[in-house]
This record gives sequence, C-alpha cells and structure tokens, in this order.
Amino acid sequence: MTYFPEEVVEHIFDFLSSHRDRNIVSTVCKAWYRVERLSRRIVFVGNCYAVRPGRVMARFPGMKCLSVKGKPHFADFNLVPHDWGGFALPWIEAAARGCPGLEELRLKRMVVSDESLELLARSFPNFKALVLVSCEGFTTDGLAAIATHCRGLRELDLQENEVEDHGRQWLSCFPDSCTSLESLNFACLKGEVNAGALERLVARCVNLRSLKLNRAISVESLARMLARTPHLVELGTGSFTVEHRAEAYQRLIHAFRKCKSLKSLSGFWDVAPRCLQSIYSICPNLTVLNLSYAPAIQGADLVKLIRHCFKLQKLWVLDCIRDKGLAVVASTCQELQELRVFPSDIYGTGTAAVTEEGLVAISSGCSKLNSLLYFCHQMTNAALITVAKNCPHFTRFRLCILDPGKPDPDTNQPLDEGFGAIVRSCKDLRRLSLSGLLTDKVFLYIGEYAARLEMLSIAFAGDSDKGMVYVLNGCKNLRKLEIRDSPFGDAALLENVGKYETMRSLWMSSCDVTLGGCKALAAKMPRLNVEVINDRDESDEMEENPSDMHKVEKMYVYRTLAGARNDAPEFVEIL
Amino acid sequence: MSTTETGNSSTTESAVSGLDYEETQLTLAPPGGSRSELERKRGFSEGLGLSLETKDFLSGSSDEPPISGAGEPSAAKAQVVGWPPVRSFRRNVLKSCTYVKVAVDGTPYLRKVDLEAYAGYQQLLTALEEMFTCFTARNYPNERRLVDPVNGTEYVPTYEDKDGDWMLIGDVPWKMFVASCKRLRLMKSSEAVDLGCITAR
Repeated sequence: MTYFPEEVVEHIFDFLSSHRDRNIVSTVCKAWYRVERLSRRIVFVGNCYAVRPGRVMARFPGMKCLSVKGKPHFADFNLVPHDWGGFALPWIEAAARGCPGLEELRLKRMVVSDESLELLARSFPNFKALVLVSCEGFTTDGLAAIATHCRGLRELDLQENEVEDHGRQWLSCFPDSCTSLESLNFACLKGEVNAGALERLVARCVNLRSLKLNRAISVESLARMLARTPHLVELGTGSFTVEHRAEAYQRLIHAFRKCKSLKSLSGFWDVAPRCLQSIYSICPNLTVLNLSYAPAIQGADLVKLIRHCFKLQKLWVLDCIRDKGLAVVASTCQELQELRVFPSDIYGTGTAAVTEEGLVAISSGCSKLNSLLYFCHQMTNAALITVAKNCPHFTRFRLCILDPGKPDPDTNQPLDEGFGAIVRSCKDLRRLSLSGLLTDKVFLYIGEYAARLEMLSIAFAGDSDKGMVYVLNGCKNLRKLEIRDSPFGDAALLENVGKYETMRSLWMSSCDVTLGGCKALAAKMPRLNVEVINDRDESDEMEENPSDMHKVEKMYVYRTLAGARNDAPEFVEIL
Repeated sequence: MSTTETGNSSTTESAVSGLDYEETQLTLAPPGGSRSELERKRGFSEGLGLSLETKDFLSGSSDEPPISGAGEPSAAKAQVVGWPPVRSFRRNVLKSCTYVKVAVDGTPYLRKVDLEAYAGYQQLLTALEEMFTCFTARNYPNERRLVDPVNGTEYVPTYEDKDGDWMLIGDVPWKMFVASCKRLRLMKSSEAVDLGCITAR
C-alpha cells in the first residue's frame, strides 16, 4: 500500500471510523503515521492528563472535533475532592494556538472556567458545537460569551453541569442574526432565562431539531415554542406544571399533535399525572423517553403512559415504576435496548421500589436489551441466571443493590453465581458494575469469561488480593478499573504492574493499599502517574511524614506521556 | 437520618452537614469514638447489616413490607459516602423533592403531592380537591374540611409531622408545615371526632 499516492491511502483511512482503528494504522509505518495524522479530524482524549494538549495539536493539525475527559468516574459520586484538577483552559489555549479550525469541543467531567469559555468563543471562527457533560466552574456569563461570539453555532448541549447563575441575559446574547442552531440543551440550568428571547430564538432557527428546556420555563412558553417548531425531534420540557383546565394546556395538546417528528422526550420536572395525557398522541412514535426527573408520576400513571410507547428503544425511569410497571414495559416495549431505573429514595425514607422480579420481567419481554442501569433493593442469583439466559446481548450491565454487601435474600448466598452467569452468557460485555455480597469467586469468573470487558466498577466486594489479581490477569481488554471499599492491598496492586500501561486508569479508594505499595508501583513504572489523594481534613496530619505502612485513602493511577502534572493541588501527592 | 446529606471529604460540606468523613465511614463500631484499622475490615456481619433505611420507615404504615438488610443496628444508620452511586445533579433534584403521600380514608390507593408547588393552605386544599375529584372544599372558621358531595361525608385534612404525631392542617405557618409534614391523610370527620381533635357538628 505504500506504493499508492497519499491521497488514496488517506481516502482508504476515511473508512476507518473508530479511533482505535486509526491509532492502529498509524503504527504500521512512518508513511501511514504521517498520512493518518494529517487526515484525522476527530480526536478523542480519554484522560486529559495522559498527554499534553500541545502535543495533540501538533500531531493533528487538521483536527476539527476534540473530545476530552477529565476527572475519574468516581468524581460523579463525590469521591474526588473538589479542586483535584481536570482543567479545560490548557486544552482550549493549545487548540487556539494549534488548531484554529476547530469546530466541535466535547468535555466531560472537567473544570471549565468562564475565562476558558470566553477564549473559546473568540478563538475559533468556524466553531459549531459545544457539549459539556458533568462539568463545573462556569457561570451564565461564560454562556453569554458563547452566545455572543460564536457565529454559526449549531449545537449548545449542557448535560448535568453545575452552572452558577449570574442572571438571565445570556440567552438574549444570541444575536438576531443567529439562525443556525440545531440543538439547544440548557436543562441543567437552575435560573430563569429570558423567555421572550428564547421564543424568538427558537422561532428563527428553522433547523432546530433538539430543544431541552430547564425547569424555569413555563408551559405557556413551551406551547408557544412548540407551535413554531413542529419539526422538533427531541424535546425536554420545562416545568410542566399547569392547571389541566387552563387554556395553555389545551394549546399544548394541540401543539403536540402537530409535532409528528418528535421521537425523544425528557424533562417533566413537576408534571402532575393528569397532564401526561397531553403526550399520549406522541407516545407511539417515541424511541427515547426520560422520566427520571419526575418523581410525581407514580405506578399507575406511569404504566398508562408506557402502554402507548411501543416503539421505545431507550427508557429512563425512577423506581416508583415498581416491578409491576416493569412488567408492563416488558410486554409493551419489544424494541427496548436501554433501560435505566434510578432510585427515587436516596435519602432513605424507605419506600420499597424495584426488586429482582422487575428485572426478570424485563429480560423475558425485551430480548433486544443491551444496556442496563438498575438500582434495586435486592437481587437473587436465580434472577441473574435467568436474565443472563434471556438477554445474552448485554454490552453494559450495571446493577446497584442499594444496601452495600447484601446477599441473595432467598438463599443468603453471595451473588457470585449470578454475576458469573452474566459474564459467561454476555460475550460482548464491555462495561460491568457489581454490587451485593460478593466473594473472590466472582472475580475468578470475570477474569475467565469477560474477555471483552473494558470497564469494571467494584464496591464492597471480594475477600482477598486474589480477587483483584484474577481481574488483572484475566481481562485482556480492560481499560478502566475502579474499586472502592474492598480488601485489596499491595500484593494485588503489585502483582501485574505491566497491566496498568495497557489500561487508561485504576482507581482504588478505602482499600488496603499502603503508601509503601504506591511508592513501589511508582518506582517500577515511571510512565504511570501514581496519585495519592489525601482527604482535605487529614492533610494537616500529613505534615509529619506518614509511614509507608499507612493506608492510602484514595489512589488514582494512570498511564501518561506527560509526566507528573504541574497543576495538582496540595492534597494530591504524585509519586 | 433521612434528611442528612451524605458526608463528603471536603471541609466546607462536612461543616454544613455536621458529619465528617470519618463518621460516615462504614465501620463495625457504633457511631462516635475513634476507629482503628481493624474495624475497617469489611466482612459480612451484623455491622454490615447497615441498611440505608431509617427507623422512621420501620414504624410507618403497614401497607409496604419493609425490605431490610440482615440485622439492624440500634443507633442511627451511617450513610456511606458516595453511595448509592448517583450523580450530584440528580441527587440535588431529588433532594429538593418535597413530595408527600396523600391517603384518603376509604380509597384503595394513595397519591403524592409536592408541597413546594403550593404557596399556602388554600392552594393545597384546592389541589387535593382536584385530585380526589369527588370533594368540594368548605371553609369553616379556623378549620378546613373537604366534603364528598355524593354521600355528604366530611373529611378533615390531617398530616403526620416529623415527630410522628398526627396534626390538624392549618395551625402552623405554611412554611413550617412544609418543613415538618411527612404525609397527609384525609380523615373522616367521624373518626376525628372520636379522637377528640375536633368538635362534633
């Protein structure tokens, strides 16, 4: 192939859609490396500290789309202290210098300041899409800068970010000349926006296909906007509190009837069950339904709604759907591929919700199911074995039994056999989260059978170092391993140190790893960053040299070409 | 401990919640006192019977059988940091949820209302009237009742407060009521009279 002109080779590479394939061809020979790097348009950086921003820009000068991820996954659950890191600014600065043709930026779990948003807004004349997921550090002032300066912006997608509210004017900063928006999602903003400005913006953006509003938007406003956007494909409603006898509600029903293209619904923040009737006309077309922010919708109303949704492929609900409701989903939604059942009762006011019965029902009805996130009160081995038999196509299987370390309630046994059945049956499993009472045996099964596993989350599981070793030695495609509150120590950590260079990262918190173990790992593997994260309150005690026997509270290990990072706060020690 | 935030390792948050990281760690010892290394070893024992349900739940109504872990420690249950694994954004949305159950004597199922959706008692009663469409609200001086026009049965709106006592709606300022109300019950007037809470008409 080296005899072909470069344009031909480049054209052939165009057919490679995955990053991994492109990474592999670039290692074949220098010629291919060169062709590939100059023609790569989409760049994905899974760990912002694995490589320096400047190096990425230098290697891929033709980059158009950049995705960067920052904090480790457990940061979502408050296990990573604030100020740990993951700053977006260096990436935006480097891109501004090296890739001014940048069109799309996607950031996840990063700290994004208003300053970086302002720089972003001014540095890329062709900028089209900004997607921020689980980020923090910015305010509506930063959004105002984006709205003001990004001419031709097509997509502004804010998912579950912590955004400080500095007023409602940001939305008015979209100039009257802005007609290019195709996707606008500000559902996570807490504050009010200028409803009039929003309605005008929506009306003039004729290509708008996805609109997700925040809680502050009234039904009246929603009805007016829907009347102007009958071609909408995805809608996140606002507050949805309305008197069902009100005129606005009637207008809303009328507007919904006209939206023949609507396929995805979310929001429903404060909806009264009665008002759900307004969407019955759309339900038969829905492929995506997210009711996980609507605690007011209980069993019977939920079920009535779902009976209309027979084309559903993706469903996110709260556990108030109960097992009976899941049985209805199973019989109605034959096309279902992804199901997420979230807990409605996080603060322990003790309402029974879903159990293994609901999951078994789903598995018998929804044979296409491949992605599951299920928070429940209990699970049995028998149920998991049945689920494994009914649904061999799982690629993502995350089970969270709310009571840590809870056994099978029928047999009082650990859930090793149940999860074992899952990994044995689901040969394409890429992501797995475990819970309940588990011994080393489950890790033996995982190591042996989960050949395609890429991400494993472990909490309150295992008996000894052997458990972790089974996984490290067995799962050859493992990329991310995160462990909390499990009895794995230095012996496990140091058993297969070469493994960590084949992985993106390892997180261990509240385990038995000691400072000495971490130091040994760092000494053996210079191309890993071994971060010891101390709790802020304890950092005063840390002044005196802690002994190597001291157990490390939180450890984050990742491969890197960039060496130790220079933006680490005081409480993070990089060995 | 149903209203306590899960502990967090950051100092500001622990100052606010009154729990610091140490206290909320899963341990075999009762809360308080120092922890030794030994106690941190995880094992399936009564200590791990810590369930996330609260005492209040166990003493609640009988319509829902408790699903509990193996064994219950006698003291208040510690909440485990970062568990269940739910993103802060979602937690905050559900935390601000002031939904309470509404039971009506004689009806087979309960409803839920979000107290924060209403500005005062009048709106709440209107909403209840709406919800259980058979009722019309009647205002008596210092009391509010709902009436079923079909059979003339009067209902007195009552609520269970944080202490577990059943109270008549309307005595305390609205905000105080929202903060302390755990569930609502429309009690038949006849029963309420027997309890001596209201005078017979």
